[in-house]
Amino acid sequence: MFTFLHKYGSPQHFYRLSRGLAPWFGGASALLFAAGLYGALLLSPPDYQQGEGVRIIYVHVPSAWMSLMVYVIMAAAGGVGLIWKVKVADAFARASAPLGAAFTFLALATGSLWGKPMWGTWWVWDARLTSELILLFLYLGYMALQTAIEDRRTAARAGAVLALVGLVNIPIIHFSVLWWSTLHQGPTLRPFAPPAIHMSMLVPLMVMAVAFMLYFAAVVLVRTRNELLELERNSNWARELAAEEAAR
Amino acid sequence: MSASARSGFGGVLRRDLLLGARQRSELANPIIFYVIVIALLVLAVGADAAVLDRLAPPVIWIAALLASTLSLDQVFHQDFADGSLEQLLLSHHPLAVLVAAKIAAHWLLYGVPMMLTALLVTGMLRLPDSALATLLATLLLGTPVFSLIGAVLAALTVGLRGSGLLLPLLILPLYVPLLIFSVGAVEDAARGLPVAGELYLIASVLALSICVMPIAAAAALRARLS
Repeated sequence: MFTFLHKYGSPQHFYRLSRGLAPWFGGASALLFAAGLYGALLLSPPDYQQGEGVRIIYVHVPSAWMSLMVYVIMAAAGGVGLIWKVKVADAFARASAPLGAAFTFLALATGSLWGKPMWGTWWVWDARLTSELILLFLYLGYMALQTAIEDRRTAARAGAVLALVGLVNIPIIHFSVLWWSTLHQGPTLRPFAPPAIHMSMLVPLMVMAVAFMLYFAAVVLVRTRNELLELERNSNWARELAAEEAAR
Repeated sequence: MSASARSGFGGVLRRDLLLGARQRSELANPIIFYVIVIALLVLAVGADAAVLDRLAPPVIWIAALLASTLSLDQVFHQDFADGSLEQLLLSHHPLAVLVAAKIAAHWLLYGVPMMLTALLVTGMLRLPDSALATLLATLLLGTPVFSLIGAVLAALTVGLRGSGLLLPLLILPLYVPLLIFSVGAVEDAARGLPVAGELYLIASVLALSICVMPIAAAAALRARLS
């Protein structure tokens, strides 16, 4: 564990590794996006109640999943940075926050676009919508704290504490609002139950979900590399790298 | 808690209470703010008897949230400005215990007066008598949670430029569960429904916060100051 952290936790090593990996993730994500969108928009059937409007599910559901997943990843990376003082984890957490906020915003925006034709309203104060909105505020608060503290090291540790406190709160917020009367449907996909959605819709949905994850992986690696370069701009490896790039 | 930690806790608590008692006007400000917010909300919505019946629980709770958020800036600010916060960090007592004492002092200085003011305000807002006991119970369980969660974020933002606006921004989303459970409990009590379930939930949030938040606040202080 510690040798692993020591080796891959060094900014220099991570920089080179991620420079190699990011294009692969990006390429795979682009391929899956193409395949998923083809399946979603052309192959999958329209819903018997919602008609063509159901196709927004292929963007809405993956981005809602990602909004939660990115928060957990961000808090976990923050925790690793706080406990083992790994610079890469700090940079990773900082790089993920705007992406998570973007996914959250996308989930809210597509949800309200979907809600207008189906529910007849852009917005209701329903459990899931409200907790997703609060999640957006948590991301924005994290980002505001990051910009308010100038020293990167301090900002990363303060952000990690905030993200972890928020992580404890997310399930509480979720269940507190769940007990209001609710309009949003319950979960269709559960871990240990057969899916309540037809295969012709499930396959493009899953392809899109994986494409979203790979997109996140690719972009977060690029952003983390930028963070690391800025953080380590006075160290030897960053200077050598800059010289190397300039000579090319 | 060992005897030495207990003496550290008692020392910080006594010091903070004494400091608070010597600055009475600062103690009064959040309370005045609290009453003004309530008055403004009632003025804006209109003082119909039918509206007020629905309005009393949320108004009391929202005003308490805002007023406690304002007072939270005080938890660490003075100690940070005069340097005694760094002495706390250097002390041989566990920092979480000392922070817990500061949180307890904050609750005694701001939370308890706010509860008493709420008692006064309920008469003005025509809250049904059946709901009064529940309102007090939710405030008794809820205001310590304000101080506990708030201390973590006050520690994170202490001494930052623009912390006056940043702190409410960070803290208000975290108060959502408390607000929902408490207002729900008071409304149910006003309708004559049982409220034990909601009160247990708020109590469990309080228990969780007592266990976690002093440690988190200590970690936050270390992160900001070392």
